[in-house]
Amino acid sequence: MALLTANGLTKRFGGLLALKDLELTIQEKTIHSVIGPNGAGKTTFFNCLTGFSIPDQGEIIFLGQSIHGMRPDQIARWGIARTYQNIRLFANMTTSENVILGMHGHLQTNLFDALFQTPRYWQEEYETQKEAQRLLAFVGLEGKEAIIAANLSYGDQRRLEIARALALRPKLLLLDEPAAGMNPRETNEMLTLTQRLRDELGLTILLIEHHMKVVMTLSDMITVIDFGQKIAEGQPSAIQANPQVIAAYLGGGASTA
Amino acid sequence: MKTELRTALRIGLLGGLVASHICLVGMLETFAKRNLIGDYLSMGYLLLLTLFLFVGYKATQVAQKAATGLLCAIIAGGITGASLSDLVFLTQNFQLREIFAHASPALVKLLTLGQSKSLGLLIPIVSGISWSLFGGFFALLPKLWRRVLLNTLLLTLLLGLLRDILNSLLPGDFGKTLFTSSGLTYIGAGSSLFCGGILIWAFLTYREQQKLKPETSESRNSPLQKLLFSLLILFLLTFPLWSKSFLSNVADSVGLYIIMGLGLNLVVGFAGMLDLGFVAFYAIGAYTMAVLTSPSGIFHFSFWQALPFSMLIAMSGGIILGLPILRMRGDYLAIATLGFGEIIRILVISDFLKPYLGGAQGITNIGKPEIAQFTFKNPEHFYYLILIGCLIAWFIASRLKKSRLGRAWMAIREDEDVAQAMGINRVTTKLTAFAIGALFGGLSGAIFASMVDSVVPKSFDLLISINVLALIIVGGIGSLPGVLVGAVVLVGLPELLREFQEYRLLVYGAVLVTMMLYRPEGLWPEVTLQHILHKTAQPEFPVRPLPTPEKK
Repeated sequence: MALLTANGLTKRFGGLLALKDLELTIQEKTIHSVIGPNGAGKTTFFNCLTGFSIPDQGEIIFLGQSIHGMRPDQIARWGIARTYQNIRLFANMTTSENVILGMHGHLQTNLFDALFQTPRYWQEEYETQKEAQRLLAFVGLEGKEAIIAANLSYGDQRRLEIARALALRPKLLLLDEPAAGMNPRETNEMLTLTQRLRDELGLTILLIEHHMKVVMTLSDMITVIDFGQKIAEGQPSAIQANPQVIAAYLGGGASTA
Repeated sequence: MKTELRTALRIGLLGGLVASHICLVGMLETFAKRNLIGDYLSMGYLLLLTLFLFVGYKATQVAQKAATGLLCAIIAGGITGASLSDLVFLTQNFQLREIFAHASPALVKLLTLGQSKSLGLLIPIVSGISWSLFGGFFALLPKLWRRVLLNTLLLTLLLGLLRDILNSLLPGDFGKTLFTSSGLTYIGAGSSLFCGGILIWAFLTYREQQKLKPETSESRNSPLQKLLFSLLILFLLTFPLWSKSFLSNVADSVGLYIIMGLGLNLVVGFAGMLDLGFVAFYAIGAYTMAVLTSPSGIFHFSFWQALPFSMLIAMSGGIILGLPILRMRGDYLAIATLGFGEIIRILVISDFLKPYLGGAQGITNIGKPEIAQFTFKNPEHFYYLILIGCLIAWFIASRLKKSRLGRAWMAIREDEDVAQAMGINRVTTKLTAFAIGALFGGLSGAIFASMVDSVVPKSFDLLISINVLALIIVGGIGSLPGVLVGAVVLVGLPELLREFQEYRLLVYGAVLVTMMLYRPEGLWPEVTLQHILHKTAQPEFPVRPLPTPEKK
């Protein structure tokens, strides 16, 4: 079943056409990769999905409803969570505070509860702390709840970003180059973690990645875009053999199209 | 060696420049009128003395070997002293007064200790060298001793400055042995140095030991802390009963600034939005109170009836300001809020609103709060009202900080885009910060209007916004105790030192620059900020125990 469908997505920045008539369908509980050379429009696509850019034409259907006109925070609560290419944590807060912020949309306490610290406030504080511990343990950060995020190692910061995104209880998780800047061991750990997200939590994952080994191992489906257009789509083995994809990656001179 | 000497030369010249400046703007003369210890050590001399000590300390610090360090201190101190001698020489032989009004015989007498020409010229140099040498020795002491000594000296200075408050606390005869008419007696200073030194030494060693132990819930609520806390409450509750009316007045201004500071801290400290127009809400609160209660108006409300309106209208002001500037960040936001503050002030003095707000003359005869038959009239009465206001503001700010909303504010402060991607509604979150902050500003303004009995546009200029912002930054941005400390230091101390009013802004500026250079995190900072600004490793925090749902 399709979880998300993008129909004819077009986005212009002045004279630059960042996305051109992009069609994309993401099936539920799959890992779907979007690859393409630098500047192909991958991040613009992510920004359109999360509501930070508004597409000029076309629409995005998520869970059977168009997300057009929704604010970023509404989309986040509706079930799309993301991580960032250049890690963007709340660097001066602790690990668990970062995760608890991810839960923000699901919390019930209001101003009154906060001022008078009602039983509901304590109940919720207790539950959020426990939930944060559970999520941190899932990504492999147990025992690091009270560390300031900026002091975590690079690999741990990437894990924390994923834990924070999971706290939103998303249906669709967008990972923007999760393996960037990692050594082979860390990359392998990230591979396993991403697979667990799909298999154990039943999440659908949309992945942007340059690391071909990661893409080919993880993906159930790959979409290749170049100059904002889809140039190929298929399973990893088919993509690897596609001449257009090879041309796009090696340079336009080799292209026959 | 060569670079060290060059540094010493530079420090000495800078010291000389500062010293000459202090003399030529007349600070030395004014400050010399107040004797801090005995009849001899005046504030003026203390100023120069501190400068000499600092010069010696700095010069020694840059050197690697102790002997070179002391030599550097002698050179730097000598140069600083020599520039003062030079000043004396110039004043005696040329008509400096035509340019510098303060280069007078009185200044010469102060600098030469009243000695004759040639000997007099030597005195600044000799004292410069000797005090810098002390500063140099100070730099060579082990860290613990340095801290004990520094804190003891500061304590003694503070006791001398706060003579008025403390003397009214003590029974007459005892007070006379410790305090003179303006500062400490020699006995007073001696006992302060001795007892203070021992206490501070004990405290610092105790704290060092405590740092090694893991923090437990027991150490947080030790009997000592409970005792200190109860003493503080007793002090606050009885303050107007034993202090003079003048001091209650000072406490009232500090309190009003604390309420404002707590409000602005929500906006600037928690949500990270630089607001330079906070005075607008203070003015709205004050004018609402004035219009609603003044007999010249049409409403004739009582204070208590008008108070909620003051707060609510200020809050609406916050929302109205908040709406158009939601998308702005950083510098642009600061300029926009600055504009809002000015708009309110100019509206108030405009001819358009003159029939309602009284123009430049303002509004007088503002309603006083009454409880049963009791009317709040003088500063001592208002003290309690303001104290309650502070407590409520503190309660709200501290509870919000620990809530879901407080976390959302901090997320917006750290990274607005990511906060939105985490499902935080930017509009409502920012507006609540503005609204609650403005509410506190309105509360403070309403009490102020009733207390001084009249509102005039002049009381609501930009300087108030700047003051509130400065006290937050000096106290420690985002920190609640920081607001208290900042208000006491930036509002309370200058009020107590009224005799130096002329130099208030000069000292104020110097304090701000020094603070930002050496202690950018503020006097009572948030723990994490301290580590970030000083790039020190975070200590291993123990995992906080989970709060239990049963706890009420």
